[in-house]
Amino acid sequence: MAHVVTAAETLEDKLTQELGFDDHFHEHHEGDKFQSNFLTTYIFSTDHKIVGRQFLITGIFWAIVGAAMSIVFRLQLGFPEADLAWLRPLLGKWIQVNDAGIGKLDPEFYYALVTMHGTILVFFVLTAGLSGTFANLLIPLQIGARDMASPLLNAFSYWFFFLAGVVMFLSLFLSTGPFSGGWTAYPPLSALPQASDGSKAGMTMWIVGMALFVVSSLLGGINYITTILNLRTKGMNMWRMPLTIWAILITAILGVLSFPVLLSGVLLLMFDRSLGTSFYLSEIVVGGVALDRIGGSPVLFQHLFWFLGHPEVYIIILPSMGIVSEVLSVHARKPIFGYRAMVYSILAIGFLSFIVWAHHMFMSGVNPFISNFFVVFTLIIAVPSAIKVFNWISTVYGSNFRFNSASMFAIGFVSMFISGGLTGIFLGNSAIDIQMHDTYFVVAHFHIVMGIAAFFGMFAGVYHWFPKMFGRFMNETLGKIHFWGTIIGAYAIFWPMHYTGMAGVPRRYYSIDNFDSFRHFVELNQFITVAAIVVFFLQILFVVNFFYSIFSGRKMTTKNPWGSNTLEWTTPIKPGHGNWPGNIPSAQRWPYDYGKDGEEFVPQYVPLKEGEHDFGH
Amino acid sequence: MTAIIILLCVLLITIVLVQIGKVTELTAQIKGEREVLRDNSKWNGWLSVAFMIVFLVGVFISAWEYKNQMMGYGPHTSASAHGGALDDMFNLTLILTGIVFVLCHIALFWFAYKYRWQEGRKAQFIAHDNRLELIWTAVPAVVMTILVVRGLNAWNTVMADVNPNEDYIEIEATGQQFNWIIRYPGPDGKLGARNYKLTGANNQLGMDFTDPKTWDDVIPGQEIYLPVGKKVRVRITAKDVLHNFYLPHFRVKMDAVPGMPTYFIFTPIKTTSDYRNELRKYDEYNLPYDDAEPTGAKRWEKFEYELACAELCGKGHYSMKRILKVVSQEEFDAWYSKQESFYLTQVRGKDEDPNKDKVLDIEVRQRAREFSENVKKAVESTDVADKTLTLRHINFETGSATLTANSRYELDNLVTALNAFPGIVIEVAGHTDNTGDPLENQALSSARAASVVKYLTDRGISEGRLRPRGYGDTKPLAPNDSDENRAKKPQN
Repeated sequence: MAHVVTAAETLEDKLTQELGFDDHFHEHHEGDKFQSNFLTTYIFSTDHKIVGRQFLITGIFWAIVGAAMSIVFRLQLGFPEADLAWLRPLLGKWIQVNDAGIGKLDPEFYYALVTMHGTILVFFVLTAGLSGTFANLLIPLQIGARDMASPLLNAFSYWFFFLAGVVMFLSLFLSTGPFSGGWTAYPPLSALPQASDGSKAGMTMWIVGMALFVVSSLLGGINYITTILNLRTKGMNMWRMPLTIWAILITAILGVLSFPVLLSGVLLLMFDRSLGTSFYLSEIVVGGVALDRIGGSPVLFQHLFWFLGHPEVYIIILPSMGIVSEVLSVHARKPIFGYRAMVYSILAIGFLSFIVWAHHMFMSGVNPFISNFFVVFTLIIAVPSAIKVFNWISTVYGSNFRFNSASMFAIGFVSMFISGGLTGIFLGNSAIDIQMHDTYFVVAHFHIVMGIAAFFGMFAGVYHWFPKMFGRFMNETLGKIHFWGTIIGAYAIFWPMHYTGMAGVPRRYYSIDNFDSFRHFVELNQFITVAAIVVFFLQILFVVNFFYSIFSGRKMTTKNPWGSNTLEWTTPIKPGHGNWPGNIPSAQRWPYDYGKDGEEFVPQYVPLKEGEHDFGH
Repeated sequence: MTAIIILLCVLLITIVLVQIGKVTELTAQIKGEREVLRDNSKWNGWLSVAFMIVFLVGVFISAWEYKNQMMGYGPHTSASAHGGALDDMFNLTLILTGIVFVLCHIALFWFAYKYRWQEGRKAQFIAHDNRLELIWTAVPAVVMTILVVRGLNAWNTVMADVNPNEDYIEIEATGQQFNWIIRYPGPDGKLGARNYKLTGANNQLGMDFTDPKTWDDVIPGQEIYLPVGKKVRVRITAKDVLHNFYLPHFRVKMDAVPGMPTYFIFTPIKTTSDYRNELRKYDEYNLPYDDAEPTGAKRWEKFEYELACAELCGKGHYSMKRILKVVSQEEFDAWYSKQESFYLTQVRGKDEDPNKDKVLDIEVRQRAREFSENVKKAVESTDVADKTLTLRHINFETGSATLTANSRYELDNLVTALNAFPGIVIEVAGHTDNTGDPLENQALSSARAASVVKYLTDRGISEGRLRPRGYGDTKPLAPNDSDENRAKKPQN
């Protein structure tokens, strides 16, 4: 049955009928075999909106697990004398209870927690949970597509991620514990089961989990790129794409180019572990036994790892940058400042991210001469980053800024990105890195710039697009408590770490009491731990708000509650499979015509007036 | 129990907050959307400015509070020659980024407040401004160029390897789970070769003792010393996993990689006691070192340079500490001369010694020195006991009077002594152990004494000064109660 043309009720409907793209879409409500029961609708769905929500909720689960781990090791750091026996029901033998009944965290498990915290937050939350959610939700909706180029691959992408999570989760219950050699998994520690308990079965499961994760990431990434390049609606040329889509496109390209390198890196590590090869091993004596492995280099793994690892931090931060650009512009009621500069700086950051990896390795024994190149390229990244920051600030300038949870988190993102980005200028300069490398200064830097900042971008996105995802709003009051508590708390946690870092305190220390030079930070460490606990509970508040609002939040009554220009807000309040019931609206202009010619906003489907300039061009 | 109470409190607070959220949502519906937006923007605009002020003030107050942790300031100055340049780079970057940090935060939060949503306000349509964008591309680019050029200058100076003609000492640090092994070269100033396959219980570093350079190498005890003002090249290696040689006070840090030696070069410029005297000026170092002993030593008095590990190496990563003492050249020399060769004290003569059948040059020199002293003493002494010299290093093939090859060193010493004291006459006594027939032993001991005499006469000693005599097994050097002791067959 052909689509029935009904009388247009609004300008939007009229324009969509006249100018939109008619792909003879057949809408199935009842007879859709793919959405006929609960299981196919909500679990094994191929609908990009469901897959996006699956990524988000799985990401939330992992964020809670990863954050809870950080609370346990923060307790050890802040209150090393405290009795942790009450954690025994949860952690079992990893809490050693002495004769006096005082429970202590096992150092081996401390390192396992640190390692899993990093792996989970970097990969499962800020890569899958962030990119997976917003790429899936926003790509088809904002470029005007019925779904992803391959909905099936898309669903596979989620299920491989799910499987990776299952494997990683199970590794927590091994008798030898999960992997404990740091999220960077440097060999020989990660290659030698004799060197550490965590490098036994825990490491094998870590590798299997990461391999599954890379598969997930590649399936998703190829799909995102294909969809963005091929399925844009009529008139949606590249310079009319919202910055979210630009950011996601570059993110996906970075992922597709760099994740295979990680996969090959960990596969070679697997060979070293199980097949007796020597890619990363040479002249090793462990447990008094001289191994028969010659000629490999541990530094090779670091190159392979950071060839992913550095783009990875941009894989994490770019989607947040895109989200923040969009959210700031919508709520400032003002175009994003310097749209093209924003796109070019994303491209520049994406390109540069591939030629700076060895700035993680200044102190790893690579030839100091090589470091010269990496210092130059690393500090060049400050230029496009600075452009982005100044453009965000300029977007707020002269605006009519609506304060709500989404826009406030966007502002918070910019603040975090400034604070954390500037400390990168210290660390990227190899001369300063001699002292700062592997100290708490580094911990402060990357947590602020890609941990907290990326989370803030994610929160901005969740508060902003929650109505699109669930047809309801999140509670604003709780959202604001969440924002103010988190920004204050996050700075309280990470700002003091700059000082301990300057004092030279190394990261990844189970205890700093052994060293007279490091141990004078008792109160500071207690303060950080208390702040971490408070921030953790504020995130629980967010989770409560999230799930409460799914079921009982304020209902969305209009299609476009934020007065936004982008196409996702032209879909019905509860969009079905295929997103638009009739024609797909076309893109007639760039997405940032806010406050133009006296209009509060001019959506993308509205054609240009006679002689009107399209600012994307 | 406390855990349950805390959990209940958290639950209660959450419920209260959710209820507040619900109530405000209901009142918002009554008040209307625009009203709520205005209120929200007003209050949160104010909060933004308040946050900005509190945050920036907090940053400066906390920086003041922790000023003694600032690089190159107060008690946190570098103890090495190169460290000051790195601290200066840090501080230059701190000033430049600090300005950006403050200005950006003021602008961000102030604009958000100033341009908060108000009924009837029109947002300005500013899509871009090429001039502004050019400025804020160019300015960071210029600043970055300055930082890169200065930073790389410092970097390439610090990381440059030593010039072989320079005056420096090279020591070696080897990381293993979970401690550091430090090795000093002996008097030859050179570290000997290593082969990891030779690693054993008595050779933790896998030193290759066939390399003469290892023979005088020293592995000192817990404390390690360096002379002030002398350039040190640390060769850094690891046995098992990655470690990192980290001396925070010296701004020294370098990974220790199995199979790939790395290095770091630095010159200590402050002795431990210099540094203590600097710390003495600061209140926090005048606190008692041990809180349990308020009247005990102060922190500055107990200050030591510490060596740490800065690359995750397993569960004991946090415990890889060594004390480094920087002292004057004289104190260093005094300490250094007391250190004994690892090889000569721990390995020489044991089963794992690859040079068992050889006499080492240093031993030859050592024995010659001792021998001439003993001869001198014997000539000058009147005591009969003193006049008997045991030639411990002269041996024969079993059951034969043929001298072993290594015996020549001791015999040559004897030749030298006889030439030095032309007036003395000696009895050359041969001995055997008590295995075998006593008559044969008697004959053998006489034959052995004769071969010694022959060796001496061949080298120009007059036969008249030598009286060979065989004692058989009657005067063993060691009691004939074990095979071990029987092997001791002296000729005197």
